[in-house]
Amino acid sequence: MNTFIVAGLLLVLLALAYQFGWSKSRALATTNGTRVHSRSQYHGALVALWTLVPAVLFLAIWAFFSPGVTHWYTVSQLPTEVLQGLDQIGLNQQLQRIRDLASGYGVTGDVQPFEQAAGENLARFQLLSFLIMIAAAAGLGVLGLWFAQRRINPRLRARNEVERAISWALIACSAVAIFTTLGIVASLVSEAFRFFTYINPLDFFFGTVWAPKFSSTGSGDAGQYGLLPLLTGTLMISAIAMLVAVPIGLMTAIYLNQYAHRSVRKVVKPIIEILAGIPTIVYGFFALVTVGPFLRDFGASIGLSISATSALTAGLVMGVMIIPFISSLSDDILNQVPTSLRDGAYGLGATQSETIRNVLLPAALPGIVGAFLLAVSRAIGETMIVVLAAGNAPILRGNPLEPVSTITVSIVNQLTGDTDFTGPQSLVAFALGLTLFIMTLCLNIVALYIVRRFREQYE
Amino acid sequence: MSDTTLASAAERRKLVRAGLGRRHLTERLFRGFGILAIVLALGFVGILFTDVLRKGIPAFMQSNVHLAVTYDPELLKIDPAPEQAAGQSDADFRAARLAWERKVAMLNWNNVIEAALRKAAPEGFEIDARQILTITETDARHRVRERFAADPSLLGQTIEIDLLASANTDNWVKGNIDRNLGDAQQQLSAPARALIDIFEENGTITQGFAWSLFTNVDSRSAPASAGLLGALMGTFWMMLIVIVLAVPLGVGSAIYLEEFAPKSRITDIIEVNINNLAAVPSIVFGLLGAAVFINWFRLPLSAPLAGGLVLTLMTLPTIIIATRAALKGVSPALRQAALGMGASKTQMVFHHVLPVTFPSILTATIIGVAQAMGETAPLLLIGMNAFVAAVPATPIDQATALPVQIFLWQGNENRNFFEPRTSAAIMVLLAFMITLNAIAIFLRSRLEKRA
Repeated sequence: MNTFIVAGLLLVLLALAYQFGWSKSRALATTNGTRVHSRSQYHGALVALWTLVPAVLFLAIWAFFSPGVTHWYTVSQLPTEVLQGLDQIGLNQQLQRIRDLASGYGVTGDVQPFEQAAGENLARFQLLSFLIMIAAAAGLGVLGLWFAQRRINPRLRARNEVERAISWALIACSAVAIFTTLGIVASLVSEAFRFFTYINPLDFFFGTVWAPKFSSTGSGDAGQYGLLPLLTGTLMISAIAMLVAVPIGLMTAIYLNQYAHRSVRKVVKPIIEILAGIPTIVYGFFALVTVGPFLRDFGASIGLSISATSALTAGLVMGVMIIPFISSLSDDILNQVPTSLRDGAYGLGATQSETIRNVLLPAALPGIVGAFLLAVSRAIGETMIVVLAAGNAPILRGNPLEPVSTITVSIVNQLTGDTDFTGPQSLVAFALGLTLFIMTLCLNIVALYIVRRFREQYE
Repeated sequence: MSDTTLASAAERRKLVRAGLGRRHLTERLFRGFGILAIVLALGFVGILFTDVLRKGIPAFMQSNVHLAVTYDPELLKIDPAPEQAAGQSDADFRAARLAWERKVAMLNWNNVIEAALRKAAPEGFEIDARQILTITETDARHRVRERFAADPSLLGQTIEIDLLASANTDNWVKGNIDRNLGDAQQQLSAPARALIDIFEENGTITQGFAWSLFTNVDSRSAPASAGLLGALMGTFWMMLIVIVLAVPLGVGSAIYLEEFAPKSRITDIIEVNINNLAAVPSIVFGLLGAAVFINWFRLPLSAPLAGGLVLTLMTLPTIIIATRAALKGVSPALRQAALGMGASKTQMVFHHVLPVTFPSILTATIIGVAQAMGETAPLLLIGMNAFVAAVPATPIDQATALPVQIFLWQGNENRNFFEPRTSAAIMVLLAFMITLNAIAIFLRSRLEKRA
């Protein structure tokens, strides 16, 4: 209800201000016949800005402080002897009762006289403060309106001022992306730093045992946090994924780019790109209920023991996920190799495959390496497939047929449902996240640099 | 002189000919590898989709038990519902009403259901109360009670009502359980199984479309009634936040970087930064959300608000990059014409350049939203994997999301029942994503033709 009143007030202010500015500038232009610097719309917009910005700023500040003030007022309404007899929970219940009385909803049980009084006072206080807020916001708006409309004259550069406001808004938009990166770095580094006050960084980065203890007793031993089992799991799964994705993705790109008829390309390319749009949780489920059991049965039939959830299962399915990534990036890169290179090779009598292998691929190699690195960074950071299909066994071992665990899986295991980052048990997630972030950041920067250099080379 | 060249040319030709067979073989092999790769890639798409469809489609049909339920005053001893007296406060009336409803809830509604089931069973069928009640889902008593609480005049009457069959019954009817297994391995007792077969024959148990999948929230105690409504609403709120925030921020940022920003080191860094942000693993965004939105800003845990903000930050780079590419593609002639007619730079951008890029921005938005919709990992870190059995009415209520619901269901221990249900949920998710992508493609082709 109150929100609607505030929104309505702002809308009315907006309409009024715009109309004021517009008609005043209009009047200038028609009566005097002078040339006005800006069009009427800009005068309207300028006045509207001057009206709304102070009002909205005031409302924001009010919204930030008012809950605290209301709380303080409600507490001050309670008699001291009642206040002293209450603990935190009791106080909250008491405050809730008073709020219910104030809202007119009523409470169950007997209403104490002091509750009744406090409720009435609170209701009066809320009404008063709301009226003050509305009046002050409207007053500020009108003040801004009066100030801005007084400035309107033929020489006022309203357009330039409005455009400056727009460009500040655009800069603010761009800043969000920067602040996101800063936020990621700051939160990861600060929480990871807190983690390293519990656990020696050397034990973390070079430890070979991952055994966090979920004891909430605090004083006891927190468990061991060795990164190596998780790192080997991550790398093993990524390697399997790349073994699947690179040959298939690259050959798909080459065939579609060099051999396939246009009509084939037009059908096949979007179908393969469907793979890129499928949510990873779907791949994870597919790996868990279909691929895993299939591999286990297949292994049993040739006398090999393969776990249903293993590095192989997760890696295979992750490879399928990455195929479209590799194929579309490689396709782009092959497109950029100049045709003159290809025609030259044909002119010398090379077959198509010889041209591709000896001329096209070497020329495209830097770009393809870049695509490869981007794909590796995708594989390292992938979460849901490994959460479901890798088996969650953080043990240092080299057999891809057995369950493993990865950095991302451990982040999910250590942090889900935790709110207070007090012990190393949950803080370790940030140390793991930092490791992951740095790994992918390095891969991305190198890859993007290579791809950029490659593009510039042929431009 | 000419002789030697002739001879060497002939020799060379011979040499080339000799190698030709091998070279053509390599050519064919290489081509074959290409075709093989495409067949494999297409095969994966095919296998994935048929697997999900094969598992998921049966879950859209569900067993219902059609019963004639009698609200027998003998079984239900209850006072009439309270009415609001004059002068009674809302709170007091609500308390009285709640007390009555609590009394209603304390009645043994299972007796009513049991009586109805026995009436439907053949005369003299031997089965004990515990066993017969395993046929209907455990929430049947709530359905029957809610009908009564809404309309207390039903006392003494008999109504026809469709109740959900329990998950185990559904498994048995659909043949998801091996019928030859011994009693020890069966979830249902032998008399219950026999009675289900009889019910199926006499039409008490029928198959109907599983509306509960769309009209119910998640449930643990009554798996057959578990639905997606809560998750759908949670996803809806998050996508709303993503669209409202990511589109203006992304487009604004792209316009600034592409049109206004001076080409300097700082803009270079911003560009690299945005490209990197697009490749940061999604789980890192989850960590950001947990540390900043939950721990620092104290936003409510498991709320679509926090989830929507995290997904907004994730979608932002996609929209920025696509919008920048679109702005770059606008022909310089248009810009020069606008500037030549005396438009300011801002006017040129907003009046002439931006409208031309509208189709690309729209497509990028839809694709970004589709991506955000399928994202699971960051949501797990901000507590959206909590069990929530309510429809979120506002973005700050507890909620879960469609992909997270899939994650929760796949871990349910009643695998026979939840594997198809999870596949059905996946089908719903994929249907949303395919629809979104189809809309994007359609709109792009429509709008580009007009432009």
